[in-house]
Amino acid sequence: MMNKPTYDKEKLALLLANTALKIAGVLAIFTIVGLSTVLYFNVMKPYNQKLLSQQVAKQSPKDIVAIPKELIKNGIHTPTGFKVGDHLHMVVATCTACHSAKLVTQNRATKEGWKDMIVWMQETQNLWDLGENEEPILSYLAKHYGPEETGRRKPLENIEWYSLDP
Amino acid sequence: MQSRRTFITKATATYLGTLLGAEIVFANRLMEGIVPVALSNQDDPYSLKGKSKGLTLLNDKPINAETPVHLLDDKTTPNDLFFVRNNGIPPTEINLDKWSLTIDGEAANKTINFTLKELKEKFKQYSYQLVLECGGNGRSEFSPPAKGNQWTLGAVGCALWTGVRLKDVLEYVGYSSEATYIGYYGKDTHVSGDPDKVVISRGVPMNKALEEHSLIAWKMNNEDIPLHNGYPLRLVFGGWPASTSGKWLKRISIRDRIHDGPKMTGQSYRVPCKPVAPGTKVDNEDMCIIESMPVKSLITYPKTGAMIGINDSLNIRGHAWAGELEVGKMEYSIDFGATWENCVLENPPNKYAWQQFEASIRFPKTGYYEVWARATDTQNQQQPMILPGWNPRGYLNNACHRIAVKVQ
Repeated sequence: MMNKPTYDKEKLALLLANTALKIAGVLAIFTIVGLSTVLYFNVMKPYNQKLLSQQVAKQSPKDIVAIPKELIKNGIHTPTGFKVGDHLHMVVATCTACHSAKLVTQNRATKEGWKDMIVWMQETQNLWDLGENEEPILSYLAKHYGPEETGRRKPLENIEWYSLDP
Repeated sequence: MQSRRTFITKATATYLGTLLGAEIVFANRLMEGIVPVALSNQDDPYSLKGKSKGLTLLNDKPINAETPVHLLDDKTTPNDLFFVRNNGIPPTEINLDKWSLTIDGEAANKTINFTLKELKEKFKQYSYQLVLECGGNGRSEFSPPAKGNQWTLGAVGCALWTGVRLKDVLEYVGYSSEATYIGYYGKDTHVSGDPDKVVISRGVPMNKALEEHSLIAWKMNNEDIPLHNGYPLRLVFGGWPASTSGKWLKRISIRDRIHDGPKMTGQSYRVPCKPVAPGTKVDNEDMCIIESMPVKSLITYPKTGAMIGINDSLNIRGHAWAGELEVGKMEYSIDFGATWENCVLENPPNKYAWQQFEASIRFPKTGYYEVWARATDTQNQQQPMILPGWNPRGYLNNACHRIAVKVQ
């Protein structure tokens, strides 16, 4: 025999809360889709390097921006893969304007080495003058992506052992 | 009235706010048409179109992906496993009927446009197995580190390429005695979004261009070339840095000087003309263009980490290649180079193809071993066991490949 459904206050409140969450979810999806469309068409707009560099040159190093905790996992900023540290917001804005964060995070260099890369990108790859932002960006890179001494040949690492049938 | 731009700025700022907890500073940059990769759709199937999920993605803008060594086991590398080295963004709209190849330049007798159909009809077609290896393959091992994509071992592949000889096309157009170099131009676009900026334009000297194995190709392993490997048309120069083999080919200039396009000059694809100590800063004028790639080999079977019994034989196999030369000898060592044993080595099917090797190994007692492989070219140059000469950009690492084995 089946129980007749009952609607006491507690259950009704739960039901209402659930429905509200679902509506919020749908709204969020619409917002994301809408925003993606805007960004997509925005990409199609003509490129304007001059204006871009002017805007960036006007900015000055700001106070350290707090990264929301939910975006940090084991000290890594999950949307980009960058290590969390001072001035990360500036690094994201500058370094991922053209290329992937992966191009940064796979490299290692001293402060001087990172400076050389910036100069190379300015001379050949349309990178703008970083102005006051250069020093904090260089400090971040040298601190978090500095070189490790590996010698002329490292031992084999991260070996995943498996049984090989003859 | 609220302009569209203001709306975009606010919307973008809000979105970035959620993403980074950061300020409107980002939106100022974004509205000029740049989307940080963090915001781009990384699951877009277009991003690695035609490629296996087994590839290791080093960089997603521009896309650079290498093949894990154990997936390079085939005699010719399948299209979906062939590595990707993009300097820019591949073309998105490709119309085969309208695609044309222009031959021009100071030393060309005239300027001629060929449609794909004309290229296929006017000239005899050839197929060769040719090795393409990125000049920076192995860069990740350099110390002090060298800038760029940190390739480990798999920025190399050998496919069957079909097309026409560059030589036949150049001779059809005609060139003067001043002809020195050819330089290519492709239809990819620069990551900065600047539509007028040439991404990469390299090339080879005339004597390399006129070799019978130098192709303008449209087929790879009898199929269309994958988008990321240059669809619908590319150059293929076996044995030289793969960056000489221009992708999405639209123009070849016959130059009266050494070609001077982006990434021909400065420090790109160049090494110090004279050896330098690790970490040395080298002036541009002391850097020389890389030509032939050095002798090298890979053990493609078994995958590193194999555990076998003391009574088992370990059968290994792989490929060896030597730039413009052939591999004359292939050896392995299980005692860190104290002694070497010969592998069985096959002849190449044609010049610039890689050669297969194999060996069957017995181990004297249980324990940890490394199997090292070493190729020697026909001019007696061997792969070094440690890193070869350091260079600022981390090119030409042809140190021996090794795999770990446990015998129980």
